[in-house]
Amino acid sequence: MSARKPYIRPMAGWWKRDPFFVEYMVHEGTAFFVWLYALELLAGVLCLAQGEAAWEAYRALLGSVPLLLANSVILAMMAYHGYTWFKIMPRTLPPMKLGGRRVAGATITALGLGAALVASVLLFGIVWMLTSGGAQ
Amino acid sequence: MSAAMAKVSVLRYRPEQDAVPVWQDYQVPYSDDMSVLTALNYIKDDLDGTLSLRWSCRQAICGSCGMMVNGKPALACKTFLRDYPEGIRVEALAHFPIERDLVVVMDGFMDKLQKVKPYIIPKQARALDEGEYLQTPEEMDLYAQFAGCINCGLCYAACPQVGLNPDFIGPGAIALLHRYNLDSRDGGSAERMALINSELGVFNCTAVGYCSEVCPKMVDPANAVNVNKVASARDYFFRFMRPAGEKGACR
Repeated sequence: MSARKPYIRPMAGWWKRDPFFVEYMVHEGTAFFVWLYALELLAGVLCLAQGEAAWEAYRALLGSVPLLLANSVILAMMAYHGYTWFKIMPRTLPPMKLGGRRVAGATITALGLGAALVASVLLFGIVWMLTSGGAQ
Repeated sequence: MSAAMAKVSVLRYRPEQDAVPVWQDYQVPYSDDMSVLTALNYIKDDLDGTLSLRWSCRQAICGSCGMMVNGKPALACKTFLRDYPEGIRVEALAHFPIERDLVVVMDGFMDKLQKVKPYIIPKQARALDEGEYLQTPEEMDLYAQFAGCINCGLCYAACPQVGLNPDFIGPGAIALLHRYNLDSRDGGSAERMALINSELGVFNCTAVGYCSEVCPKMVDPANAVNVNKVASARDYFFRFMRPAGEKGACR
């Protein structure tokens, strides 16, 4: 008879064992706020379809203090989600070469973050123009 | 004058007497150049001959002495006491069953290695008198990184998905699979695709990325796994355009 009795360690609470796992879980957790914001936008579209009164009520709700606070939290969470998303990006892309040399992971992360920043500023600028200058 | 001593705690598991693993503390003479492996061998040779561990080369190339050092996967030969002034806690590699003390059951890992067909499946059969297969340095550079794997298992101990689903092929074996897929002499990608797509395959990965952080040989298994997610998705959509019966197609 075999004396073997392999011991399998439990996995309960695995994500608390290493700071790396905690950071991963926080990253995954912030996706919840991305979902919340998607719901918020969807509510806006539905209100728009219902007519002017519903749309104005939606806008008034967005301007209220609780919603401003909630959206500030959502913005912070999405910024963190975006940052950690670009941090892992080099691990998920096929190797990229530029002039025969492999592009470093840190460069890919920096380019991704830069592109996200430029896109955000552009979008903000366009909306700003449409809502102020464009309305004149 | 007595020499400086260092505390080494080891998670012991002796199946004939322990129902669950238990911590045991040892005091070993400290020196700046003492590796964890040297400390463990001091314990085994001078303090307690019943301690079991795997080791061989002492120079981070055989891949035998993988274990958890203060909760992180590491090669004992490449980890030094001087970096842990508060003392060290050594435990068998996480996510593997413990056979005894620091020795884990590697059978499942060996099965996974076989499953990925880690050998060149020639694109075209070649007779001996046709000479060797030729490859340019650029072609070799594509896969060289993944050929650095020493099968130490640290990436498995870093992967929570392996712990939660022990059937997952896992980072190391998929890195090896990718190494052969990228080889210009190899024609086995379609054969290996079935495994990539399967329940055991790449979609068990949730991109934690710790596997690549802990690799002692600078392999990037997370990249191999995630690049193959794209390959799998491409295979799924393009298989409808392939002639029926072609290798790797949906049947």
